[in-house]
Amino acid sequence: MPSPRTLYEKVWDAHVVERRDDGSCLIYIDRHLLHEVTSPQAFEGLRAAGRFVRRPDLTLAVPDHNLPTTARTDAAGHELPIADRESAEQLAALRRNVAEFGVPYIDALSARQGIVHVVGPEQGFTLPGTTMVCGDSHTSAHGAMGALAFGIGTSEVEHVLATQTLILSPSKTMEVRVDGALGYGVSAKDVVLAIIGRIGAAGGTGHVIEFTGEVIRALSVEGRLTIANMSIEGGARAGMIAPDETTFAYLKGRPMAPQGEDWARAVDWWRTLPSDAGARFDKVVRLAASDIAPALTWGTSPEDVVPITGSVPAPDSFADASKRAAAQKSLDYMGLTPGMRMQDVPIQHVFIGSCTNSRIEDLRAAASVANGRRVADGVRALVVPGSGLVKRQAEAEGLDRIFTAAGFEWREPGCSMCLAMNPDKVPAGERCASTSNRNFVGRQGPGSRTHLLSPAMAAAAAVTGRLADVRELMG
Amino acid sequence: MQAVTRVSGTAYPWGAENVDTDVIIPAHWLKTITRSGLGRGAFETVRAQPGNLFDDPRYAGAPILIAGDNFGCGSSREHAAWALADMGVQAVIAPSFSDIFSGNAFKNGIVTVVLPQEAVDRLVEVAKTDPVTVDLETMTVTTPYQDRYTFELDAFRRRCLMEGLDEVGLTLAKDTVISKFEERLGVERPWISGRADDAGLAVEGARRT
Ligand code: SF4
Repeated sequence: MPSPRTLYEKVWDAHVVERRDDGSCLIYIDRHLLHEVTSPQAFEGLRAAGRFVRRPDLTLAVPDHNLPTTARTDAAGHELPIADRESAEQLAALRRNVAEFGVPYIDALSARQGIVHVVGPEQGFTLPGTTMVCGDSHTSAHGAMGALAFGIGTSEVEHVLATQTLILSPSKTMEVRVDGALGYGVSAKDVVLAIIGRIGAAGGTGHVIEFTGEVIRALSVEGRLTIANMSIEGGARAGMIAPDETTFAYLKGRPMAPQGEDWARAVDWWRTLPSDAGARFDKVVRLAASDIAPALTWGTSPEDVVPITGSVPAPDSFADASKRAAAQKSLDYMGLTPGMRMQDVPIQHVFIGSCTNSRIEDLRAAASVANGRRVADGVRALVVPGSGLVKRQAEAEGLDRIFTAAGFEWREPGCSMCLAMNPDKVPAGERCASTSNRNFVGRQGPGSRTHLLSPAMAAAAAVTGRLADVRELMG
Repeated sequence: MQAVTRVSGTAYPWGAENVDTDVIIPAHWLKTITRSGLGRGAFETVRAQPGNLFDDPRYAGAPILIAGDNFGCGSSREHAAWALADMGVQAVIAPSFSDIFSGNAFKNGIVTVVLPQEAVDRLVEVAKTDPVTVDLETMTVTTPYQDRYTFELDAFRRRCLMEGLDEVGLTLAKDTVISKFEERLGVERPWISGRADDAGLAVEGARRT
């Protein structure tokens, strides 16, 4: 009998084209996503060497990072120009490159456009048991569906375009198990923040994480995507969740998912993927759902997590000297003082969006808190759906009217305020309650201060004007 | 990638230590669409100073850069190697390099030559007036005087540089195994290529395979 294997090992084994002497392998890549920022030089490289895209049919390009989230067409339906010259150029280059190389492309003007990591699952391009890459670190999100998915650099993008393979060394494995049932007001975002708070921002370095346990099994695909998305913030190469009936039900009938006989065959294979009983992980971490509360970050690393009922930690409370110094630097940057209650911290901006939390469930959760309330004075609150299809669905459910009636801005899909590459930015010294995944120094604009939290918590912050416990506004 | 066996000519006699990727190419240049053209942004902050080395006509277009310890530290941006290549640098000589930078340099046909500090100091002196030669055949750095320093390079990287092989090219040479894998994939997991509904996607282009 073959020895028991993990989900990661099964997917890896199924994609080995060739084993090399030094232990690395040539790995076949089933799915390649492209966006405008990290692909232009890869196409340029192909062009210079007279090469082609080996498998355009396994490739999909979508613009997202640079796109403004304001209206894209005028009243007559004509495309509006993009003011930032460099952004406009990067976006135009993507259009030119996909046309020249015959790569399937979802244009900015299509309803199917969105953040690349929202579009993949939504279109059924992301499938269980596939290897998937993109020149973007949050490619880890797709692991939520049982894919082995990770971010790559521009030379590797070129390598995949030309050869549909990558030279990779196997990673170590880590199981993160969350058992029990989530408490009132606790969401997938709180779970992943709790995990990163526990393992640390470098805790997963060199590993591929598999998220397991009752809590993960009970989550929708949307919630699972939120969790796998932030694997990279825990330092892991990738994060995976075993595919199950929830995954299959989500995928069935999606435009690019297998159909008919193929579907049945695919599901049969996907059912063999979950880790075998007795499979060994290099590291195991366990969390109890009962210990997880609505949470948020206080500092400039995603590991700086506290429950909303907590307060700003004192740098002295950290054991090692470098952590103490880092905490002090974070607090200075964030403009916070030790001992301050998180719930007393006022905010000026709210961002509900990003590839972590911009799917329909996220918008529903935020809308249920916003419903019948008003955005507090002096607060600017943005809701940015992850894709045109999410936007449409939300509008069909009337969520847009709930948001706009409450004083939120309802925008076009894109990365938006997640990173300061398009016009949506947080001004220096101002504070943002954000559903995105990175609270690094300057991430939302030079001098911006970010608190990561769930969509419902972000809505609670918007209507109270401070970081707030969503449980007090629910029900 | 261009094959390179010998890089000979003037060299920037710099010698600076801990030159990080922000110095090589500042972050605001990352919003570009080409590898080429980044030479304009290379060492932008250094060039802002009057009388700097990089704008000195004596060294204009030099194919070699001589630097101090820990060259290329900082972020993993490949733009640093692109910027150097674009300004015409084909070899960098230093006592040590950041791993990521030397990997990126190699991927872009730039030879990174590690020599002891004394040798680097001497070369900085010579390069102020005379040319320097880096030879991959003999694995030496020489000057018009009696200087002759040998250096080492990973055998695989040396071969790639000398034969103008790049990683993409090497993998492409394995076309047969990749095609075999794809055949098997087509039988075992046919749904991978059989994407059901591409309607609404733009697919055109002369460069389709
Ligand atoms: S939403 Fe943010 S994290 Fe996600 S792909 Fe865009 S910029 Fe990256």
